[in-house]
Amino acid sequence: MAQKSSISQRAVRTNQYVGSFWGRKSVRRIVTATVCYAILVGIGLLICMPISWMLGAALKSDKETIFTIPPTWIPTTSWHWENFYRSMVIQAYPLWRYTLNTLFLVGANMLGALLSCSVVAYPLARLRFPGQNFLFSVMIATMLIPYPVVLVPQFLLYKTIGWYGTYLPLIVPSFTGGAYLTFLVRQYMRSIPAELDDASRIDGCNYYQTFLRLILPLSSPVLVVVIIFTFLWTWNDFMGPLIYLSRQEQFTLAVGLQYFKEQVGRYLGTQYSIKWNLMMAATLISIFPVLILYFAVQEKLIGGIASVGLKG
Amino acid sequence: MKLFGRKNTLASREATAAYVFLSPWLIGLICFMIIPIILSLALSFTRWDTYTPVKWIGLSNYKEMFVEDRLFLKSLGVTLKFMAVWEPLHIILGVLLALLLNQKLRGMNFFRTLFYAPAVISGIAVALMWMSLLDPDFGVVNYILEGWLGVQKAPNWLRSPIWAMPSLWMMYTWGVGGSAVIYLAGLQNISPHLYEAAEIDGAGSWRKFWNVTLPLLSPTIFFMLITGLIGGFQTFTQAYVVGGSGSGLGGPDHSLLFYMLHLYQQAFIQGRMGYGAALAWFLVVIAVIVVFVVFGTSERWVYYESGKKA
Repeated sequence: MAQKSSISQRAVRTNQYVGSFWGRKSVRRIVTATVCYAILVGIGLLICMPISWMLGAALKSDKETIFTIPPTWIPTTSWHWENFYRSMVIQAYPLWRYTLNTLFLVGANMLGALLSCSVVAYPLARLRFPGQNFLFSVMIATMLIPYPVVLVPQFLLYKTIGWYGTYLPLIVPSFTGGAYLTFLVRQYMRSIPAELDDASRIDGCNYYQTFLRLILPLSSPVLVVVIIFTFLWTWNDFMGPLIYLSRQEQFTLAVGLQYFKEQVGRYLGTQYSIKWNLMMAATLISIFPVLILYFAVQEKLIGGIASVGLKG
Repeated sequence: MKLFGRKNTLASREATAAYVFLSPWLIGLICFMIIPIILSLALSFTRWDTYTPVKWIGLSNYKEMFVEDRLFLKSLGVTLKFMAVWEPLHIILGVLLALLLNQKLRGMNFFRTLFYAPAVISGIAVALMWMSLLDPDFGVVNYILEGWLGVQKAPNWLRSPIWAMPSLWMMYTWGVGGSAVIYLAGLQNISPHLYEAAEIDGAGSWRKFWNVTLPLLSPTIFFMLITGLIGGFQTFTQAYVVGGSGSGLGGPDHSLLFYMLHLYQQAFIQGRMGYGAALAWFLVVIAVIVVFVVFGTSERWVYYESGKKA
């Protein structure tokens, strides 16, 4: 089969206008395309259906059980959009508060990552200095160090200096140039032509001016990727807030959701207890912002992820 | 600055500037990485609950792990069991999905975007979603299994000690598009000339995949394997959420008691900082050994086009 097809392809290449061969190839192409589309759509449905089911569940009234047989994918009868509002303002679990807390952390982390990653990446990408290769290897190595090994002493450190129960442990580290994002920025900065540095040097710029006036503006595409990644990671971070935050009013959405879930019942089997529709609405509130952001910027984001994978 | 002798003032000025720029990272490296790592090792030889004075107990923590703590080996086993299936699975499915996404068809960008979407959703939201989907009584999955496919006795999924782990694999597989995008970038980096040359040599699609695609994709696979292994040892969020919390941590019969959950419980719930540090160090040793072994085999199967190592 494989042998035959390669012969036919060669024949096509030598003469594009041989009808029977052309016909055969186009048939094959249509079949392949159809199979591909079928698989693609199938996988697409597998990805979308759970979310659509959640939306259906979130829009149900309190009296309906969200677990119906057969399941409702897209709600046909219940359109209780107010559930989203209600889940935000439940007194025991003030989701609006958690959302604001999360947004605050996201903003602070974005600022930290933006400042520190660009500053740290610049010398690694464009300057020569003793210990450069060594420090760069150290940076790569820190990406490979399992987080748990620093977890306990970091916690003790923060507790000793009185940061436990504040947002500082969740913000300050972002100002120290996270290895992954710095690496990303460094790779990008290396692709800027070296002549530009020389030109700015001739114009009388020192290294700091070259960085601020030339390299930083030119790096804006990758800095957008840094911002997006920081948003996603901070928004989704679970372990950090779980360990470092002590009071409920400080919680982020991720931890707040977990708290919400614990209160609603240990297992979904106790579905008669309370307000699963609100639980699902709350979960969706935590998902929608990242999904919207993702779909808005996916081109840049996927490019950024891919470049890291390739350079590995 | 006498780093470079007297003449080379330009270079020394450059070096000064470089270290000024690097200072935020260097401070972070020392404060949040190097000092904690050393402290962590020291702590692992102590007993400390943060309220009473630190007590040096030598290797007792490590002895306790193997002799007394029956959940230690259990949690290690759970983690390794999870990884034994998930690591090969995410590579195979990721590559297959990437091959599919690499077809020259209309609307591929749309599918690529869609398939990556689950990877941006937080672990906790994914876990909550799958918990409701997998509910044995009212979940959608069992409805499909029993109602449409006629399965007599559908699994209890997250409530059964046997099916809890497969549930987690399934949950992770839902987000496998995240790694497919990285393989896709690797595929698109392969020069079309190589395929043309292979065709001229009479290679069919299978041979092209085996002799062109796979070798040229091997650096990407290697990268994903290493990061996947390191991530696998640290699995936490999903297991924490689906496995219940407090005393019920780790799911039915501790079937989802991942190593990190055990560490979290020991260090942060029970406040046994010394023991937690010992657990962390043991995990690091295992992870380092595994990563080194993989690095050691890489020469045999990872192909670098330019002939140089990463």
